[in-house]
Amino acid sequence: MGKKSKVIEREDVVIRFSGDSGDGMQLTGSLFSDTAALFGNDLTTFPDYPAEIRAPQGTVGGVSGYQIHMGHTEIFTPGDYADVLVAMNPAAIRANIKWTKSGGTIIYDKDNFTEKNIEKAGYIKDPVVEDNLDQFNLIAAPISSMVKEALKDFGLDPKTVLRTKNMFALGMVYWLFDRKLKYTEQYFEKKFSNKPEIAEANKIALRAGYYYAETIEALAPIRINPAVIAKGMYRSISGNTATAWGLLAAAEKAKLQLYIGSYPITPATGILEELAARKDLGVKSFQAEDEIAGICAALGASFAGMLAVTSTSGPGLALKSEAIGLAVMTELPIVIIDVQRGGPSTGLPTKTEQADLMQALFGRNGESPVVVLAASTPSDCFNCAFEAARIAIEHMTPVILLTDGYLANGTEPWKIPAMSDLPEIKPPFATNRELPYLPYKRDTEKLSRFWAVPGTAGLEHRIGGLEKTVKGTVSYTPDNHELMVNLREEKIARVVQKVPDLKVSGEDSGDLLVVGWGGSYGYRVMAVRELQAEGHKISNVTFNYINPLPRNVGEVFSRFKKIVVCELNLGQFANYLRMKYPEFHYEQINKVQGLPFTIREIKEKCLKLLEK
Amino acid sequence: MTEIISTQLTPKDFKSDQEVRWCPGCGDHAVLNSVQKALVELGIPREKFAFISGIGCSSRFPYYMNTYGFHGIHGRASAIASGVKIANPDLSVWQITGDGDALAIGGNHFIHAVRRNVDINIILFNNEIYGLTKGQYSPTSERGLVTKTSPFGTVEEPFSVGELVIGARGKFFARTLDSNVSLSTQIYIEAAKHKGTSVVEVLQNCVIFNDGIHETVAGKEVRNDRTLILKHGQPMIFGKVNDKGLILDGLKLRVVKLGENGISEKDILIHNAYEPNSGIHFMLAHMRYPEYPVALGVIRAVSGPTYETDLTNQIEEVKKASKIKNMDDLLNSGSVWKVD
Repeated sequence: MGKKSKVIEREDVVIRFSGDSGDGMQLTGSLFSDTAALFGNDLTTFPDYPAEIRAPQGTVGGVSGYQIHMGHTEIFTPGDYADVLVAMNPAAIRANIKWTKSGGTIIYDKDNFTEKNIEKAGYIKDPVVEDNLDQFNLIAAPISSMVKEALKDFGLDPKTVLRTKNMFALGMVYWLFDRKLKYTEQYFEKKFSNKPEIAEANKIALRAGYYYAETIEALAPIRINPAVIAKGMYRSISGNTATAWGLLAAAEKAKLQLYIGSYPITPATGILEELAARKDLGVKSFQAEDEIAGICAALGASFAGMLAVTSTSGPGLALKSEAIGLAVMTELPIVIIDVQRGGPSTGLPTKTEQADLMQALFGRNGESPVVVLAASTPSDCFNCAFEAARIAIEHMTPVILLTDGYLANGTEPWKIPAMSDLPEIKPPFATNRELPYLPYKRDTEKLSRFWAVPGTAGLEHRIGGLEKTVKGTVSYTPDNHELMVNLREEKIARVVQKVPDLKVSGEDSGDLLVVGWGGSYGYRVMAVRELQAEGHKISNVTFNYINPLPRNVGEVFSRFKKIVVCELNLGQFANYLRMKYPEFHYEQINKVQGLPFTIREIKEKCLKLLEK
Repeated sequence: MTEIISTQLTPKDFKSDQEVRWCPGCGDHAVLNSVQKALVELGIPREKFAFISGIGCSSRFPYYMNTYGFHGIHGRASAIASGVKIANPDLSVWQITGDGDALAIGGNHFIHAVRRNVDINIILFNNEIYGLTKGQYSPTSERGLVTKTSPFGTVEEPFSVGELVIGARGKFFARTLDSNVSLSTQIYIEAAKHKGTSVVEVLQNCVIFNDGIHETVAGKEVRNDRTLILKHGQPMIFGKVNDKGLILDGLKLRVVKLGENGISEKDILIHNAYEPNSGIHFMLAHMRYPEYPVALGVIRAVSGPTYETDLTNQIEEVKKASKIKNMDDLLNSGSVWKVD
């Protein structure tokens, strides 16, 4: 496809596609990341979109973005700042300029820089002056008029023609990073096999953009060589899909059918959608009338002997609290997934936060302990969902799995596991060999009760939300209640036998230990790696098990001079650690902007702590 | 038939070892007896029954049944029961609920269970009062009822269970009196045999907080004149001496006296519980004393697709058509690539 000018090689690069929420930026970004992944780059992506399906056109509030960080080296985060910003309108520049590297490239649709759009974006007259754009490499491409020209003989209506603008921009970026168009072309052929003219129009726009970039000399192509990664089969996976698949894998290992009872809620809906599509694996999906019915139906299915799950986000977790208490009391296995978003209340539905930790741990009436897990990367959602289900089944308990909006929608390449490598799951079914069946008779090691599935002769029994004796008789006796409260607490504590020890990344001792949980993983790892490279005695630990905590927490913490807890809330995990391990002093790094950390933020704050 | 059954299960086999703790004289005792009698007639093994309830006096019911049972949380029994039935369609699933549990806190779950037509049998104990919390008005209390939370009378319209069920596109609705054990037993058997959500409203007496609320129509002396027991295919005739009946007068039902104004039995409406059009069923469910007799029996029993059967069939069809047979297949499906 024509000769290349001098190619620059780089270790990694960050690209951000942005435009109106109707401009197709999420598709553009995911097509680019698929191509990069197939090329062999390591990568992480982060979609950032408004809550409204079609927010006011042309405004900053309506800007939808998709960021990709790809590299020749291992990539842990979607990157703090973009090397290349693709902006389909002035608002996209306005919204993203502070996240663009000084000296970076901005490709924008010149045709969309009308007086009206400039004003809508909040500029007075001239974005170049007002946002000091001269410090960037500006490529003003007449994208709208070019696609009109390229598709003029196609007989498509003007709206459809303009809808291919994103592909023109994608074509330009492909040329810039020396990528093949093949995979994207195949995507359109498959997607629009019934509408070949739409497939062709998109392919023409894509190629037109590619050749346009080649023709203008404003760009020098950049090459990011494939990353050195472990051999094997790979695929790209998002956190929500990984969560759904982890649950499916657990169902297969436990030889149970999977039941999901859920109600759609951003950003968790993807889990319900994925599982609803998996009827080929026998999933029974139930879109309930509300959050409460979702978990209650799941609990009914659990009573009837299925692997039951419910997926939600913070407001939905609040609605499910009473039913989680019922699951605690009836000691039935159930996995509750909370894809955290900005709160309280409706809050910031499409933005990420880690502020549901206390709700997950303590947001119920009575002494109501549950197991709480947190996933740390999109693909880690698979492992954590699998473990959540394994614990729920083998210990007969509700398990809350915390992910977040950043993990749910972010994608990364994932080495495909083999089912034979995953541990077995053994449901503790009661049998009618040992009668009478006592509903609250417990396993001596785990303290969990046995699962008597309706349909089994001889095991007829009654459970419910009222306090019971070991026989299942309702009891308000003071001593019995205290006994049962303590047993339920101890049962959860004994899950610790399944909790792996904390692994310190970096030296086992040092000046500063960075502590975190969940989705802040990548940013902490990168910040700590960079500080280690600069000679600092700093290490990082990530908690995937929140309750119970790993056994070696105190031992690990004691080997560092300072401990800093880094989380996207006002300090919920720090406070939890203060309660559990009061002998240590905890510094905090917090952020509540609905956005992930940046590596720079963590580094700067860690440096201050190291200097003190 | 009785002989064959008696060698199998008896009502006693369905009694659990728990002491029944409802107030002496409470209508719930009779409902429990009727249900235990009905189950015997179904020929279903005991381990295949699951009784699910919410919160309220009636919701203690599962504890008194020697079957599988789940005493849930307030209002949510429809959702729990739906989950149980969908998980295992082989089970005979019964939901025990009251007017507060099903129609106030659980109203949403109730109408959606009915709409989905999950094959569960819902017995709704309607005593028009909150019993367990000791005497507050309920969503079925008549306008003006004086209770602890309506000391000057309620100022709200009550729900009518049958109209709500039909409005939610319900396919089975029946009404009975707690004290009429033989009618109730027959209705529970029909409800169990009906495929889809069956709702049975029991006009039940709360002896403590709303004693005699149904007495105007259910009282021994008056019930034959003030209730109409519907039977499919039979004329809608009622009265102590079977002298009254219903006819359609324009767009309304009208009570007529046989032998008066030339009215004979052939003029009386014949009950068709299987008619999909809900018009007449709705009017029958709506009837109130004194203008009309209160309709008892199976008012509506229309067949239709059930949720769990359609879901199971869908799963089987998709399984047949899909190339993905297990998790390894799924993990390696779609866009994958090899790193050497």
